[in-house]
Amino acid sequence: MKLLVCISKVPDTTAKVAFTDGNTRYNENGVQFIINPYDEWYALVRALELKETLGGSVTVINVGKADNEQIIRKALALGADDAVRIDMDPADAWQVASQIAQYAKGGGFDIIFTGKETIDYNGGIVGGMLAELLDLPYVALAAKLDVDGTQLNIAQEMEGVKQLIKVSMPCVVSAQKGMAEARIPNMRGILASKSKPVQVIPASGDAAKSPVKVFVMPAEKQGCKMISAENPEELVQLLHNEAKVI
Amino acid sequence: MQLVLVELINGKCKKTALEAVAFAAKMGETTALALGTASADTLQALGAYGIGKVLHINNEKLNQVYSKAYTKAIAAAATHVGADTVILSHNSTGRMVAPRVAVRMEAALFAGVNELPGNDTIRKAVFSGKAFADLQMSTGKKVISLNPNSYKAVAGTGTASVESFSVDFADSDFDYAITGVEDEAGGHVPLPEAEIVVSGGRGLKGPEHWGIVEDLAKALGAATACSRPVADIGWRPHHEHVGQTGITIKPTLYIAVGISGAIQHLAGVNQSKVIVVINKDPEAPFFKAADYGIVGDAFEVLPRITEAVKKLHAGA
Repeated sequence: MKLLVCISKVPDTTAKVAFTDGNTRYNENGVQFIINPYDEWYALVRALELKETLGGSVTVINVGKADNEQIIRKALALGADDAVRIDMDPADAWQVASQIAQYAKGGGFDIIFTGKETIDYNGGIVGGMLAELLDLPYVALAAKLDVDGTQLNIAQEMEGVKQLIKVSMPCVVSAQKGMAEARIPNMRGILASKSKPVQVIPASGDAAKSPVKVFVMPAEKQGCKMISAENPEELVQLLHNEAKVI
Repeated sequence: MQLVLVELINGKCKKTALEAVAFAAKMGETTALALGTASADTLQALGAYGIGKVLHINNEKLNQVYSKAYTKAIAAAATHVGADTVILSHNSTGRMVAPRVAVRMEAALFAGVNELPGNDTIRKAVFSGKAFADLQMSTGKKVISLNPNSYKAVAGTGTASVESFSVDFADSDFDYAITGVEDEAGGHVPLPEAEIVVSGGRGLKGPEHWGIVEDLAKALGAATACSRPVADIGWRPHHEHVGQTGITIKPTLYIAVGISGAIQHLAGVNQSKVIVVINKDPEAPFFKAADYGIVGDAFEVLPRITEAVKKLHAGA
């Protein structure tokens, strides 16, 4: 099987969220970056499992500048065979999708994986756009995926509903929790990753369509109003009369 | 002109669909597109949310979501009414369909929108609810998917006209087979749509103690949820897990019981309007993100809160 996994670079979950340049840019100062968890823990690891049981190859692709090399090496250390980096700093998900589509077109990939969404822009857009650009089926929110000949059996987790899908390859799948368990690269993987190929492709074409104008921090909480455990009924009164939410 | 997608479930409009309809109608003149089986009455009633006309593709195959077929229907309807803006919910359907529609219409996509703070600005939550991004709303074609529970649909008066609409579907528009559907919510409100959510964590000490959470949820008409450790050790099903790797919710009221408030958990709930934290540990980090807090034993406090809610509702 020929598998392509789209990975995004995001700030670590615990990183401070702050902005610079008049709140137009994320402040990367001192921030640890990671592979987007949905891309790594679920999409990439499941792709690696499929390769291990069925044979084939796993290519990871990232749209970003040279400093993304660090997360690409991590994906290679986890077991991806090779990597592609499209050299641009994308301003929206459309640019990411259109760049990856140009690479994937005619590439003969059986499954193109993305994560459910990234934990920075929380859009969940790239997979669906790729599917449309490549005219492939798109199965979003996959929590389980098994290969059955030329088809895939996928369980989608949606709002209170689990939906079972049968889809032919090639197709695009967005992965979420349940697909696989997170892995930690071992020493052999880390050493091997240093010699695995990373192809760098210049970006071409498409301007952003929905770039960020400015970031805004949410209003500070007024502080937590404490209620005595001796009188928890007061909470109900406050929720009713003050917060007016019940 | 704008076009809004009306999603149906068992012949009724989904709550998220009504939110999208009301949001769209407030933005400007809007035609609705309903896909699947519904009575004329149900669709005419959309007039109460500010819609003049509903296009209806009464095709039972569309009772389930096929992203390509939905995309074709939406693009055709947009062309038919001359819409340059398509609005739909950022629920699972929106996630499957909106990116395809945007590419097909060569439109800009604004996904997971919370509000419109200005005429030409779209605001959405980013960094898992820790900040917002304001995006420049393009003047050309655009697709907007609205976060569930971001806009309250309030019914006024009015009746919409319903026009039958058809699209020539090919077999290739149904490019996967839906082989089974399991209802995990058990007829309850799906978690992302719930206005009130009562959630439990490891502080409840075991799945056998969930009765006090469920009793409070029942009294409030709320959905139940849980923290990640509780789902991982199997006390509660995975579809109840809210947090970074689970579901992101945006209820009016979130009550967290025995949850310490790890940053990954907050990422799933920090857009809640009001947060109540009940925890034995006064140092629990969740109190910093809460509006109301009780330091105390959930097993003593929660049943008393449940009783007080029941009394409140009985008196109201």
